[in-house]
Amino acid sequence: MVIELCEQLSVWVIPAVLFLVPVIGYLKKVKVYEAFVEGAAEGFQTAIRILPCLVAMLVAISIFRASGALDACILFMAPMLNMFGVPPDLVPLAIMRPLSGSGSLGIATELLNTYGPDSLVGRIASTVLASTDTTFYVLTVYFGAVAINNPRYAPLVGLSGDIASFLASVYICQYLFST
Amino acid sequence: MGDMTMINLIWLVLIASGILYAGIHGRIEVVTASAISAAKGAVELSINLIGVMCLWLGIMRIAEVSGLVKVISYLLQPIIGLLFPSVPKNHPAMGAIIMTLSANMLGLGNAVTPLGIKAMQELQTLNPKKDTATAAMCTLLALCTTGFTLVPATIIALRSAAGSVNPTEIVGSTLIVSLFATIFVLIIDRLCQVIFKR
Repeated sequence: MVIELCEQLSVWVIPAVLFLVPVIGYLKKVKVYEAFVEGAAEGFQTAIRILPCLVAMLVAISIFRASGALDACILFMAPMLNMFGVPPDLVPLAIMRPLSGSGSLGIATELLNTYGPDSLVGRIASTVLASTDTTFYVLTVYFGAVAINNPRYAPLVGLSGDIASFLASVYICQYLFST
Repeated sequence: MGDMTMINLIWLVLIASGILYAGIHGRIEVVTASAISAAKGAVELSINLIGVMCLWLGIMRIAEVSGLVKVISYLLQPIIGLLFPSVPKNHPAMGAIIMTLSANMLGLGNAVTPLGIKAMQELQTLNPKKDTATAAMCTLLALCTTGFTLVPATIIALRSAAGSVNPTEIVGSTLIVSLFATIFVLIIDRLCQVIFKR
Protein backbone atom coordinates (compact mmCIF):
# COMPACT_ATOMS: atom_id res chain seq x y z
CA MET A 1 0.00 0.00 0.00
CA VAL A 2 2.60 2.51 1.17
CA ILE A 3 5.01 1.28 -1.49
CA GLU A 4 2.52 1.75 -4.28
CA LEU A 5 1.59 5.17 -2.98
CA CYS A 6 5.25 6.21 -3.00
CA GLU A 7 5.78 4.88 -6.50
CA GLN A 8 2.70 6.68 -7.76
CA LEU A 9 3.72 9.86 -5.99
CA SER A 10 7.17 9.86 -7.54
CA VAL A 11 5.72 9.42 -11.03
CA TRP A 12 2.96 11.99 -10.62
CA VAL A 13 4.56 14.80 -8.74
CA ILE A 14 6.42 16.53 -11.60
CA PRO A 15 3.55 16.27 -14.12
CA ALA A 16 1.23 17.55 -11.37
CA VAL A 17 3.41 20.61 -10.74
CA LEU A 18 3.81 21.27 -14.47
CA PHE A 19 0.01 21.04 -14.85
CA LEU A 20 -1.16 22.91 -11.77
CA VAL A 21 1.14 25.92 -11.87
CA PRO A 22 0.21 27.08 -15.40
CA VAL A 23 -3.50 26.29 -14.89
CA ILE A 24 -3.62 28.24 -11.64
CA GLY A 25 -1.69 31.02 -13.36
CA TYR A 26 -4.23 31.09 -16.19
CA LEU A 27 -7.14 31.21 -13.75
CA LYS A 28 -5.38 34.15 -12.06
CA LYS A 29 -5.18 35.89 -15.47
CA VAL A 30 -1.41 35.56 -15.79
CA LYS A 31 0.01 35.55 -19.32
CA VAL A 32 1.45 32.13 -18.66
CA TYR A 33 3.62 31.73 -21.75
CA GLU A 34 5.20 35.17 -21.41
CA ALA A 35 5.79 34.71 -17.68
CA PHE A 36 7.44 31.34 -18.30
CA VAL A 37 9.78 32.72 -20.95
CA GLU A 38 10.67 35.70 -18.78
CA GLY A 39 11.58 33.43 -15.88
CA ALA A 40 13.41 30.95 -18.08
CA ALA A 41 15.63 33.70 -19.49
CA GLU A 42 17.40 33.86 -16.12
CA GLY A 43 18.33 30.20 -16.36
CA PHE A 44 20.95 30.68 -19.01
CA GLN A 45 23.01 33.34 -17.24
CA THR A 46 22.83 31.49 -13.96
CA ALA A 47 24.09 28.25 -15.46
CA ILE A 48 26.95 30.09 -17.16
CA ARG A 49 27.87 31.92 -13.95
CA ILE A 50 28.25 28.56 -12.17
CA LEU A 51 30.57 27.14 -14.82
CA PRO A 52 33.93 28.47 -13.55
CA CYS A 53 33.14 27.35 -10.01
CA LEU A 54 32.23 23.87 -11.20
CA VAL A 55 35.43 23.62 -13.23
CA ALA A 56 37.50 24.62 -10.20
CA MET A 57 35.84 22.18 -7.83
CA LEU A 58 35.47 19.22 -10.17
CA VAL A 59 39.09 19.48 -11.35
CA ALA A 60 40.36 19.51 -7.76
CA ILE A 61 38.21 16.54 -6.76
CA SER A 62 39.14 14.64 -9.90
CA ILE A 63 42.89 15.08 -9.34
CA PHE A 64 42.45 14.03 -5.73
CA ARG A 65 40.60 10.92 -6.83
CA ALA A 66 42.69 9.88 -9.84
CA SER A 67 46.03 10.34 -8.04
CA GLY A 68 45.11 7.64 -5.55
CA ALA A 69 45.12 10.12 -2.65
CA LEU A 70 41.42 9.39 -2.10
CA ASP A 71 42.09 5.65 -1.84
CA ALA A 72 44.88 6.36 0.64
CA CYS A 73 42.41 8.44 2.60
CA ILE A 74 39.94 5.56 2.56
CA LEU A 75 42.60 3.09 3.78
CA PHE A 76 43.58 5.50 6.52
CA MET A 77 40.00 6.15 7.64
CA ALA A 78 38.81 2.54 7.46
CA PRO A 79 39.99 1.39 10.92
CA MET A 80 38.57 4.55 12.47
CA LEU A 81 35.17 4.05 10.86
CA ASN A 82 35.27 0.34 11.75
CA MET A 83 35.58 1.38 15.37
CA PHE A 84 32.21 3.08 14.96
CA GLY A 85 30.73 -0.16 13.62
CA VAL A 86 30.85 0.79 9.94
CA PRO A 87 31.24 -2.26 7.66
CA PRO A 88 34.57 -1.91 5.78
CA ASP A 89 32.93 -2.17 2.36
CA LEU A 90 30.99 1.01 3.01
CA VAL A 91 34.01 3.18 3.80
CA PRO A 92 34.62 4.25 0.16
CA LEU A 93 31.00 5.37 -0.11
CA ALA A 94 31.29 7.38 3.09
CA ILE A 95 34.32 9.29 1.80
CA MET A 96 32.97 9.72 -1.74
CA ARG A 97 29.43 10.84 -0.83
CA PRO A 98 30.16 14.51 -0.05
CA LEU A 99 32.72 14.87 -2.88
CA SER A 100 31.07 13.50 -6.00
CA GLY A 101 27.50 12.64 -6.91
CA SER A 102 28.39 10.49 -9.92
CA GLY A 103 31.26 8.87 -8.01
CA SER A 104 29.09 7.84 -5.07
CA LEU A 105 26.34 6.66 -7.40
CA GLY A 106 28.93 4.45 -9.09
CA ILE A 107 30.19 3.01 -5.80
CA ALA A 108 26.64 2.39 -4.58
CA THR A 109 25.68 0.64 -7.81
CA GLU A 110 28.69 -1.61 -7.46
CA LEU A 111 27.78 -2.41 -3.84
CA LEU A 112 24.19 -3.21 -4.85
CA ASN A 113 25.40 -5.52 -7.59
CA THR A 114 28.07 -7.23 -5.46
CA TYR A 115 26.13 -7.75 -2.24
CA GLY A 116 22.59 -7.57 -3.60
CA PRO A 117 20.19 -4.68 -3.00
CA ASP A 118 18.44 -6.55 -0.18
CA SER A 119 21.60 -7.27 1.83
CA LEU A 120 22.44 -5.09 4.83
CA VAL A 121 25.28 -3.40 2.92
CA GLY A 122 22.94 -2.79 -0.02
CA ARG A 123 20.28 -1.28 2.20
CA ILE A 124 22.73 0.95 4.03
CA ALA A 125 24.26 2.12 0.74
CA SER A 126 20.78 2.94 -0.60
CA THR A 127 19.88 4.86 2.53
CA VAL A 128 23.16 6.82 2.49
CA LEU A 129 22.63 7.77 -1.12
CA ALA A 130 19.00 8.77 -0.58
CA SER A 131 19.37 10.74 2.63
CA THR A 132 22.14 13.19 1.69
CA ASP A 133 23.07 15.40 -1.21
CA THR A 134 26.57 15.97 -2.59
CA THR A 135 27.79 18.66 -0.20
CA PHE A 136 30.63 20.00 -2.36
CA TYR A 137 28.41 20.25 -5.42
CA VAL A 138 25.68 22.11 -3.56
CA LEU A 139 28.28 24.37 -1.95
CA THR A 140 29.98 25.16 -5.27
CA VAL A 141 26.82 25.73 -7.26
CA TYR A 142 24.78 27.71 -4.73
CA PHE A 143 27.57 30.03 -3.65
CA GLY A 144 29.07 30.22 -7.13
CA ALA A 145 25.80 31.51 -8.54
CA VAL A 146 25.87 34.57 -6.28
CA ALA A 147 29.66 35.06 -6.32
CA ILE A 148 30.15 34.28 -2.63
CA ASN A 149 33.86 33.58 -2.12
CA ASN A 150 33.76 33.15 1.59
CA PRO A 151 31.26 30.48 2.63
CA ARG A 152 32.38 30.86 6.29
CA TYR A 153 31.34 27.83 8.33
CA ALA A 154 29.03 26.33 5.68
CA PRO A 155 31.45 23.52 4.62
CA LEU A 156 31.83 22.54 8.27
CA VAL A 157 28.07 22.32 8.76
CA GLY A 158 27.61 20.41 5.49
CA LEU A 159 30.31 17.86 6.27
CA SER A 160 29.14 17.32 9.83
CA GLY A 161 25.73 16.61 8.34
CA ASP A 162 27.29 14.03 6.02
CA ILE A 163 29.01 12.27 8.90
CA ALA A 164 25.80 12.31 10.94
CA SER A 165 23.65 10.91 8.15
CA PHE A 166 26.19 8.26 7.26
CA LEU A 167 26.49 6.96 10.81
CA ALA A 168 22.73 7.24 11.29
CA SER A 169 22.19 5.22 8.08
CA VAL A 170 24.48 2.46 9.37
CA TYR A 171 22.90 2.28 12.83
CA ILE A 172 19.28 2.71 11.79
CA CYS A 173 19.54 0.12 8.99
CA GLN A 174 21.28 -2.32 11.33
CA TYR A 175 18.43 -1.82 13.78
CA LEU A 176 15.54 -1.86 11.28
CA PHE A 177 16.74 -4.71 9.08
CA SER A 178 18.56 -6.89 11.61
CA THR A 179 15.97 -9.66 11.71
CA MET B 1 50.03 32.70 3.55
CA GLY B 2 47.09 33.83 1.50
CA ASP B 3 43.64 34.64 2.79
CA MET B 4 42.75 31.17 4.02
CA THR B 5 39.03 30.86 4.29
CA MET B 6 37.79 27.31 4.62
CA ILE B 7 36.96 26.84 0.95
CA ASN B 8 40.39 28.03 -0.22
CA LEU B 9 42.06 25.59 2.11
CA ILE B 10 39.90 22.64 1.05
CA TRP B 11 40.51 23.37 -2.63
CA LEU B 12 44.25 23.75 -2.15
CA VAL B 13 44.53 20.56 -0.11
CA LEU B 14 42.58 18.55 -2.70
CA ILE B 15 44.77 19.73 -5.59
CA ALA B 16 48.16 19.86 -3.86
CA SER B 17 47.88 16.57 -2.00
CA GLY B 18 46.57 14.86 -5.13
CA ILE B 19 49.49 16.05 -7.26
CA LEU B 20 52.10 15.26 -4.59
CA TYR B 21 50.62 11.81 -4.02
CA ALA B 22 50.59 11.03 -7.74
CA GLY B 23 54.19 12.30 -8.07
CA ILE B 24 55.47 10.20 -5.18
CA HIS B 25 53.76 7.08 -6.50
CA GLY B 26 55.13 7.55 -9.99
CA ARG B 27 51.93 8.25 -11.86
CA ILE B 28 52.09 11.98 -12.37
CA GLU B 29 50.59 11.54 -15.84
CA VAL B 30 47.12 10.85 -14.40
CA VAL B 31 47.00 14.40 -13.03
CA THR B 32 46.93 16.06 -16.43
CA ALA B 33 44.46 13.60 -17.90
CA SER B 34 42.03 13.79 -14.97
CA ALA B 35 42.24 17.58 -14.71
CA ILE B 36 41.41 18.07 -18.36
CA SER B 37 38.62 15.52 -18.45
CA ALA B 38 37.09 16.97 -15.27
CA ALA B 39 37.18 20.47 -16.76
CA LYS B 40 35.33 19.17 -19.80
CA GLY B 41 32.87 17.32 -17.58
CA ALA B 42 32.14 20.52 -15.65
CA VAL B 43 31.19 22.32 -18.86
CA GLU B 44 28.94 19.44 -19.85
CA LEU B 45 27.28 19.59 -16.44
CA SER B 46 26.67 23.34 -16.73
CA ILE B 47 25.28 23.01 -20.24
CA ASN B 48 22.94 20.24 -19.11
CA LEU B 49 21.90 22.48 -16.25
CA ILE B 50 20.83 25.30 -18.60
CA GLY B 51 17.70 23.51 -19.84
CA VAL B 52 16.58 22.37 -16.42
CA MET B 53 17.28 25.80 -14.96
CA CYS B 54 15.18 27.48 -17.65
CA LEU B 55 12.32 25.02 -17.18
CA TRP B 56 12.01 25.39 -13.43
CA LEU B 57 12.71 29.11 -13.30
CA GLY B 58 9.99 29.57 -15.90
CA ILE B 59 7.50 27.56 -13.87
CA MET B 60 8.62 29.40 -10.75
CA ARG B 61 7.92 32.76 -12.43
CA ILE B 62 4.36 31.73 -13.28
CA ALA B 63 3.89 30.59 -9.68
CA GLU B 64 5.20 33.94 -8.48
CA VAL B 65 3.11 36.15 -10.74
CA SER B 66 -0.07 34.17 -10.05
CA GLY B 67 0.40 34.58 -6.31
CA LEU B 68 0.80 30.84 -5.74
CA VAL B 69 4.18 31.30 -4.07
CA LYS B 70 2.60 33.82 -1.68
CA VAL B 71 -0.12 31.36 -0.68
CA ILE B 72 2.36 28.52 -0.07
CA SER B 73 4.68 30.90 1.78
CA TYR B 74 1.80 32.07 3.94
CA LEU B 75 1.03 28.45 4.88
CA LEU B 76 4.61 27.38 5.63
CA GLN B 77 6.02 30.68 6.94
CA PRO B 78 5.21 29.88 10.60
CA ILE B 79 7.59 26.87 10.51
CA ILE B 80 10.23 27.89 7.98
CA GLY B 81 10.34 31.45 9.30
CA LEU B 82 11.69 30.15 12.60
CA LEU B 83 14.75 28.74 10.80
CA PHE B 84 15.45 32.02 8.99
CA PRO B 85 14.93 34.76 11.57
CA SER B 86 16.95 37.30 9.54
CA VAL B 87 14.65 37.09 6.50
CA PRO B 88 11.69 39.52 6.62
CA LYS B 89 8.28 37.86 6.51
CA ASN B 90 7.13 39.04 3.08
CA HIS B 91 10.52 39.19 1.35
CA PRO B 92 10.77 37.25 -1.94
CA ALA B 93 13.65 35.28 -0.39
CA MET B 94 11.20 33.59 1.98
CA GLY B 95 9.06 32.43 -0.94
CA ALA B 96 12.10 31.10 -2.80
CA ILE B 97 13.42 29.29 0.28
CA ILE B 98 10.05 27.66 0.86
CA MET B 99 9.80 26.56 -2.78
CA THR B 100 13.31 25.08 -2.59
CA LEU B 101 12.58 23.09 0.54
CA SER B 102 9.22 21.92 -0.83
CA ALA B 103 10.82 20.73 -4.08
CA ASN B 104 13.49 18.97 -2.03
CA MET B 105 10.94 17.16 0.11
CA LEU B 106 8.80 16.12 -2.85
CA GLY B 107 11.88 14.65 -4.49
CA LEU B 108 11.63 17.03 -7.44
CA GLY B 109 15.31 16.26 -8.02
CA ASN B 110 16.46 18.59 -10.73
CA ALA B 111 14.10 21.40 -9.66
CA VAL B 112 15.93 21.82 -6.37
CA THR B 113 19.12 23.31 -7.79
CA PRO B 114 17.44 26.07 -9.86
CA LEU B 115 15.10 27.00 -7.00
CA GLY B 116 17.93 26.87 -4.46
CA ILE B 117 20.03 29.18 -6.60
CA LYS B 118 17.10 31.54 -6.90
CA ALA B 119 16.73 31.52 -3.12
CA MET B 120 20.45 32.30 -2.80
CA GLN B 121 20.08 35.22 -5.22
CA GLU B 122 17.19 36.61 -3.17
CA LEU B 123 19.17 36.15 0.03
CA GLN B 124 22.08 37.97 -1.60
CA THR B 125 19.90 41.11 -1.83
CA LEU B 126 19.74 41.08 1.98
CA ASN B 127 23.50 40.58 2.31
CA PRO B 128 25.52 43.61 3.44
CA LYS B 129 28.84 41.95 2.53
CA LYS B 130 28.42 40.56 -0.97
CA ASP B 131 31.35 38.12 -1.04
CA THR B 132 30.63 36.55 2.35
CA ALA B 133 27.87 34.09 3.20
CA THR B 134 25.17 35.22 5.63
CA ALA B 135 23.76 33.07 8.41
CA ALA B 136 20.56 32.53 6.43
CA MET B 137 22.56 31.29 3.43
CA CYS B 138 24.44 28.81 5.60
CA THR B 139 21.16 27.53 7.06
CA LEU B 140 19.67 27.05 3.58
CA LEU B 141 22.81 25.23 2.47
CA ALA B 142 22.73 23.00 5.53
CA LEU B 143 19.13 22.03 4.78
CA CYS B 144 19.91 21.38 1.12
CA THR B 145 22.99 19.23 1.74
CA THR B 146 21.10 16.92 4.07
CA GLY B 147 18.47 16.75 1.31
CA PHE B 148 15.32 15.86 3.20
CA THR B 149 13.38 13.76 0.66
CA LEU B 150 10.08 11.93 1.07
CA VAL B 151 10.40 9.97 -2.18
CA PRO B 152 13.96 9.04 -3.18
CA ALA B 153 12.96 8.10 -6.74
CA THR B 154 16.49 7.65 -8.16
CA ILE B 155 17.51 5.18 -5.48
CA ILE B 156 14.29 3.22 -5.79
CA ALA B 157 14.93 2.91 -9.53
CA LEU B 158 18.54 1.88 -8.88
CA ARG B 159 17.48 -0.81 -6.42
CA SER B 160 14.85 -2.19 -8.69
CA ALA B 161 17.38 -2.29 -11.55
CA ALA B 162 19.72 -4.29 -9.29
CA GLY B 163 16.94 -6.85 -8.81
CA SER B 164 15.65 -5.92 -5.35
CA VAL B 165 12.64 -7.85 -4.06
CA ASN B 166 11.44 -4.74 -2.29
CA PRO B 167 13.01 -1.61 -3.78
CA THR B 168 11.00 0.85 -1.68
CA GLU B 169 11.80 -0.65 1.71
CA ILE B 170 14.49 1.99 2.23
CA VAL B 171 11.93 4.81 2.21
CA GLY B 172 11.35 4.36 5.93
CA SER B 173 15.01 4.23 6.91
CA THR B 174 15.75 7.20 4.65
CA LEU B 175 13.01 9.21 6.32
CA ILE B 176 14.32 8.51 9.82
CA VAL B 177 17.93 9.23 8.80
CA SER B 178 16.97 12.46 7.00
CA LEU B 179 14.92 13.66 9.91
CA PHE B 180 17.74 12.98 12.34
CA ALA B 181 20.40 14.52 10.07
CA THR B 182 18.29 17.62 9.45
CA ILE B 183 17.78 18.24 13.15
CA PHE B 184 21.47 17.56 13.82
CA VAL B 185 22.62 19.90 11.08
CA LEU B 186 20.32 22.68 12.28
CA ILE B 187 21.81 22.40 15.75
CA ILE B 188 25.38 22.52 14.38
CA ASP B 189 24.37 25.47 12.21
CA ARG B 190 23.06 27.36 15.25
CA LEU B 191 26.21 26.57 17.22
CA CYS B 192 28.39 27.81 14.35
CA GLN B 193 26.34 31.01 14.15
CA VAL B 194 27.31 31.72 17.75
CA ILE B 195 30.94 30.55 17.48
CA PHE B 196 31.75 32.32 14.19
CA LYS B 197 29.99 35.55 15.02
CA ARG B 198 32.25 38.51 14.43
